[in-house]
Amino acid sequence: MSNRKRNQHLLWRSGFGPGMQQIQSLDQIHSVDLWKGILQNAGGEPKKLVVAENRLQNLFEGIEGEDAMRQFQKENKAAIAEQVKLMRQSSREDLKKLNHLWLDEMVHSPAQLREKVSFFWHGHFACRVFSAHQQQELLHVIRTHALGNFGELLRAVSKSPAMLAFLNNQQNRKKSPNENFAREVMELFTLGRGHYTEWDVKEAARAFTGWSYDSRSGFVFKQQTHDDGVKKFMGRTGRFTGDDIINILLEQKQTARFITEKIFRFFVHENADPKITAILADEFFKSGYEMKVLLHSIFSSDWFYDNRYMGNRIKSPVEFMAGIRRFVPIQLDNPNSSLVFQQVLGQVLFLPPNVAGWPGGKSWIDSSSLMVRLQLPRIWASKEDFRLQMKGDDDVDMGRSPEEMQAARRAKNFITRAGAADWNWEPVWKNYVDVSRERLYEEIAAHLLQTKSAPGRQVVEPFVDKSSREHYISSTIVQLMSTPEYQVC
Amino acid sequence: MLIKRRTFLQTGSLATASLLVPKFMKAFEPQQGFVPPGNKTLVVIQFSGGNDGLNTVVPITNDLYFSNRPRIHIPATQAHKLTTDAGLHPALTIAKELYDNGELAIMNSVGYPNPDRSHFRSMDIWHSASESNEYFTTGWLGRYLDEQCKNCTTPTQALEVDDVLSLVLKGEQNKGLALRDPKGLYGVSSGNYFKSLHHAHVHEEETVDYLYKTMSETISSAEYIYRQSQLHPSAAQYPSTKTGKSLKTIASLILSDINTRVYYVSLGSFDTHVNQENQQTKLFTELNDALSVFVKDLKQNRRFNDVMIMTFSEFGRRVKQNASNGTDHGTANNMFFISGGLKKKGILNPLPDLQDLNAGDLKHQVDFKTVYATMLRKWLNADDAAILKKKFQVHDFI
Repeated sequence: MSNRKRNQHLLWRSGFGPGMQQIQSLDQIHSVDLWKGILQNAGGEPKKLVVAENRLQNLFEGIEGEDAMRQFQKENKAAIAEQVKLMRQSSREDLKKLNHLWLDEMVHSPAQLREKVSFFWHGHFACRVFSAHQQQELLHVIRTHALGNFGELLRAVSKSPAMLAFLNNQQNRKKSPNENFAREVMELFTLGRGHYTEWDVKEAARAFTGWSYDSRSGFVFKQQTHDDGVKKFMGRTGRFTGDDIINILLEQKQTARFITEKIFRFFVHENADPKITAILADEFFKSGYEMKVLLHSIFSSDWFYDNRYMGNRIKSPVEFMAGIRRFVPIQLDNPNSSLVFQQVLGQVLFLPPNVAGWPGGKSWIDSSSLMVRLQLPRIWASKEDFRLQMKGDDDVDMGRSPEEMQAARRAKNFITRAGAADWNWEPVWKNYVDVSRERLYEEIAAHLLQTKSAPGRQVVEPFVDKSSREHYISSTIVQLMSTPEYQVC
Repeated sequence: MLIKRRTFLQTGSLATASLLVPKFMKAFEPQQGFVPPGNKTLVVIQFSGGNDGLNTVVPITNDLYFSNRPRIHIPATQAHKLTTDAGLHPALTIAKELYDNGELAIMNSVGYPNPDRSHFRSMDIWHSASESNEYFTTGWLGRYLDEQCKNCTTPTQALEVDDVLSLVLKGEQNKGLALRDPKGLYGVSSGNYFKSLHHAHVHEEETVDYLYKTMSETISSAEYIYRQSQLHPSAAQYPSTKTGKSLKTIASLILSDINTRVYYVSLGSFDTHVNQENQQTKLFTELNDALSVFVKDLKQNRRFNDVMIMTFSEFGRRVKQNASNGTDHGTANNMFFISGGLKKKGILNPLPDLQDLNAGDLKHQVDFKTVYATMLRKWLNADDAAILKKKFQVHDFI
């Protein structure tokens, strides 16, 4: 296996694929050094992606104490309602902006590892709420802690207004417990199914009572709705709070196993190798859940480059689109076109299908989605007309009047027609100036495809524009991106 | 950038028509005349967005209905009267006609325990046929497809008339096909580039082979469906609405020799939080006009006894209207069954109890999974317990 292929494997799995500027260096650099660089680039705090302001926070600025607050709220009901309405109205557009901003990070950020791991957590901590502000805050929590300590990440996510709202912990009160939050924290975030009892769920739900948020300051603990009685949880007894429950969950080695296996399935292969993951989980647990320890063990290992782990992971729609844009700089004529394709292909950022996140793997592929994937590069490249009728999303459209929905539908149809993009080919051609015409096809295929076999030159060339060297390069790239092989990495 | 397309030599390629007729279909090589009776077909019509069941089957003698909906009730005088107590939404003239002919059955208060009021989640539950605390990644018709298509080459037993495939048609091994119209998918998938790729591909890597398999199935299914749709294209005049076009496509396929047993189509959005009356009437009119032609078409071609049309929505709506002349998300709802082959007709069970509510919402009396079980076992002759992962009671209307 070539050195290039190993390096590209690392770049696809730890990020969103090789970037245009990296392409030439990948024959030479050793994967150990490449990994060092990846880790280095991912250090530092992420820049917060901001699309929505908390209008209430602005309104409440400077008010001290609960009594003053109550007084203010009483006297300014109309003004508060107005701000809430404005936030709700702009939320849909703001979420789109957040989507674009984050996708741009995935494409352009040198911190590829951070964005990729954040993307993993985005699915792990799946959250469907329509407040752009809450989503923005949750994303920042995730990006900040993505490569840090899992325990801290878990705590921060669990206390985010977005997650508390999504999992109904606002409704979890001493007198009428709601088990949703407690159940998902165990089933999806830490232990996985089958490693806790219904009793544990009940008791944990009691402990989480009082975990709430207000629009002003985010997380708040409401003593008056908290059940401070004695709970029996996972074989222990005490007046547990929500924080205690999370600590107990982190003390379970099963949590390390569950997270490690999920990470393995996402970054390496959908069938986790039990021997490998047992060792990884052990290390991860001993490190006190340091993500960098786990990631380093994976990406610096020899087995990561085993034949069985290469070229067989189906890219998710977001990875697929980000990967194209990393290889060729693309300016979408209409930025919403990426949103339309996210929808058609089944992965819209900030709109996971349910609490369990995107199932991934073969579930990305059905005849419709595959045919769209195979056409997408050509649609972007050739300004072909592309008309698709979107399925509406009633959760998103909720409460819109028929007129509003009609306007939105018109806009959507417009978007689908404007699917085209401008590809900035100049810098891409430069990557191939030293390559002889004879070698061009093999070279481009080696840069784009991670599978063992690739479609032969004699198959693809009849569909390639040979009128000039530049056109040859561009159309070969587009045609090779339009293959089943390009769908995997 | 332009991509030059060259005519690709088709010799030896996948494109030869005879190769594209799936193996199992060889036994059914096109015959003259119509498909023999007994070949049962199910057409599912999904009302997306949560249709208001109480303004669909109107409890015209229930004071609670009128008092909860001072401004958006349907007056008894305007509803099409079915029984002393029940009337139909004024736009649903065809349903009234079918009812009078004994070709419509209505099941009230269908839902599931612990109902979820999010559109997405509730639709997920209806699609996957899970309990509300279970998460399945496959749909009930997808699992039906798995059972039907164990060794077949084209999974065309279930089709969705749409651009995007819904969860309901995704199985473990097989996924249904979504197509807006047979010609469109055929046009895309018959491109020579994809055929050349397929022809040249050597199977040796599991994941990419799977993609090639899906691609070649799409190519052959698309061609198969397209050819079938050309055999007996429906001559009836359908309205040019989305639903009209979809039902015309479905009719043309039902009249062909295709092996499709289930068709799936959606209509919406019924999410009428605001000014409900206009929106629901508009959608019901679209449905009504298309359905009238569809039923007549099937009857003329003597297929109506073998076709079952089933409607559902992810939830009904709140009993009490809201302040914007609309209704908010609710729970249990009614389902329609339309066919010339019904055993029991009319209103199958009592109208919803408007007194005994759960936080303002109807309590479900019938689990929707029992309806699925009935369709699978008694209409499609399939193993309902395997598909639904549990044995449910079945109803006796078919």
